[in-house]
Amino acid sequence: MTDPRELYQQVILEHNKKPRNFGKLAPCTHHAEGHNPLCGDQLDLTLVVEDGVVRDVKFEGSGCAIDVASASLMTGAIKGRPVAEAEAMIEQFRGMVRGELDPATQTPLLGKLTLFSGVRDLPSRVKCAILPWATLHAALKGEEEASTE
Amino acid sequence: MSTPSNTALQPLDVLAIRKDFPLLSRVLHGKPVIYLDSAVSGQMPVPVIERMAKYERQEHTNVHRGVSTLSQEATDFYEAAREKVRKFIGAASAREIVWTRGATEGINLVAQTFGRMAVKEGDEILLSAMEHHANIVPWQMLAQEKGATIKVIPMTDAGELILESLDELLTERTKLVGVVHVSNVLGTVNPVKEIIARAHAKGIPVLVDGAQAVPHLKVDVQDLDADFYVFSGHKLSGPTGIGVLYGKLAHLEAMPPWHGGGNMIRSVSWEKTTYMAAPGKFEAGTPPIAAAIGLGAAIDYVTTLGLDRIAAHEHELLAYATERLSAIPGLRILGTARNKASVLSFVVDGIHPHDVGSLLDGEGVVVRAGHHCAQPIMTRFNVPATTRASFAYFNTREDVDVLVSAVQKAIELFK
Repeated sequence: MTDPRELYQQVILEHNKKPRNFGKLAPCTHHAEGHNPLCGDQLDLTLVVEDGVVRDVKFEGSGCAIDVASASLMTGAIKGRPVAEAEAMIEQFRGMVRGELDPATQTPLLGKLTLFSGVRDLPSRVKCAILPWATLHAALKGEEEASTE
Repeated sequence: MSTPSNTALQPLDVLAIRKDFPLLSRVLHGKPVIYLDSAVSGQMPVPVIERMAKYERQEHTNVHRGVSTLSQEATDFYEAAREKVRKFIGAASAREIVWTRGATEGINLVAQTFGRMAVKEGDEILLSAMEHHANIVPWQMLAQEKGATIKVIPMTDAGELILESLDELLTERTKLVGVVHVSNVLGTVNPVKEIIARAHAKGIPVLVDGAQAVPHLKVDVQDLDADFYVFSGHKLSGPTGIGVLYGKLAHLEAMPPWHGGGNMIRSVSWEKTTYMAAPGKFEAGTPPIAAAIGLGAAIDYVTTLGLDRIAAHEHELLAYATERLSAIPGLRILGTARNKASVLSFVVDGIHPHDVGSLLDGEGVVVRAGHHCAQPIMTRFNVPATTRASFAYFNTREDVDVLVSAVQKAIELFK
């Protein structure tokens, strides 16, 4: 069993304390709200997508360190990427934290986001890490709400 | 915080008691388990586990069935457990003790039988601001079905019910009051006897949710004059899947049955079915027999330790934990009522309760982090969740010390 303490690496703690891309884009082309009913975490994600590329993205909300750091790192990772690539990253991130994809070989788009791979051994926290990605998925599909329920 | 006045009590031999709980010897993440989560579910002592195992190994058959010696024996053990419950909560008759799956089922039973009879369109059900979802949702379902409304007794920032407004809240439309005896989030011990007396002065019956009360303080349903009192076995050192609904016999007799089936009938024909008297008419189907017998054994266990000694021990731990945790900068305790039992909820500035929970878990400290099935309380105090430590008779001051140092470590990490 993974020691929960191992998850709280410096990068995660630092992004929790100083989240990047925090705020709201107005106007925006895509928007969704994410909720994690277990923790009460909530996330408001706004994006500007032009010519099939994520030009800008911001998030607002409150949640645990895993959730906030995941949102902070996610927004940094998808900015400037084609939407198709962001969608592939969603699948890779989900697969990784659920233990279905090996971060060493099967998630090439994730880069340093693989530091969340330890979450797979803490089932109660998987939803916290996934929430920003589920919200991104909803926003790109034109849905207003995402829930990790 | 109130402390029992009897200082002559012989203290509990906690080290000896701990030997009855093998789980306390487990190691989590390389650390000994510190179990501070008895409000979620209590641990069962070995004598309870063994009593249930003996029943399953050597005594099991169905109850209230046929003439076999085994069936008679099982029925006797099962009914003896009901009598133990009666005595434990001071009920007048064992016929007032209905077995349920737990406190939640007991409340649903009352809502869907007594509640359906008593509550009509435009009526009111009065609940307190510190109810568990189990004492909210069944009444909301009933209110929706009947076109009734739910009203709420407010509470102070300390987590004490504001009873000044109670007489105004009890109107001629109020058909039932539901109140928690001990709050699972705030630890508040509510003055249920006073609330009941004031409701009864207007002829309004009261249901008390005693799930967190019976493990920690002596309950006498006749002294309280409660109309209904519910609790769960697993919070009282017993197994899951068994609980108790106490109801005054006059109420139980007037109530229609709930679930239909075997065991709850006198006679069945295609034309007409007649029902058993209470409590039988509320106990359709084969009950969890081993669990009922286990709950009886759990009552024996805590009665032998002595509820007054248990209460004294837990009060001391609660006072010590309150003192040590409140000394931590940035930590805020939720629920500072004058009269509390065994539960300590807190939040830490800048650290989400789920992060606190995970980091404490890494230190072997088992607590609950979340909304504790009481979201209206979270809203009332404007927090998403809390971290909650809850104490039992097997906990020690050293357990509190480990908790405090684990919280300090978490704060250090997040600096």
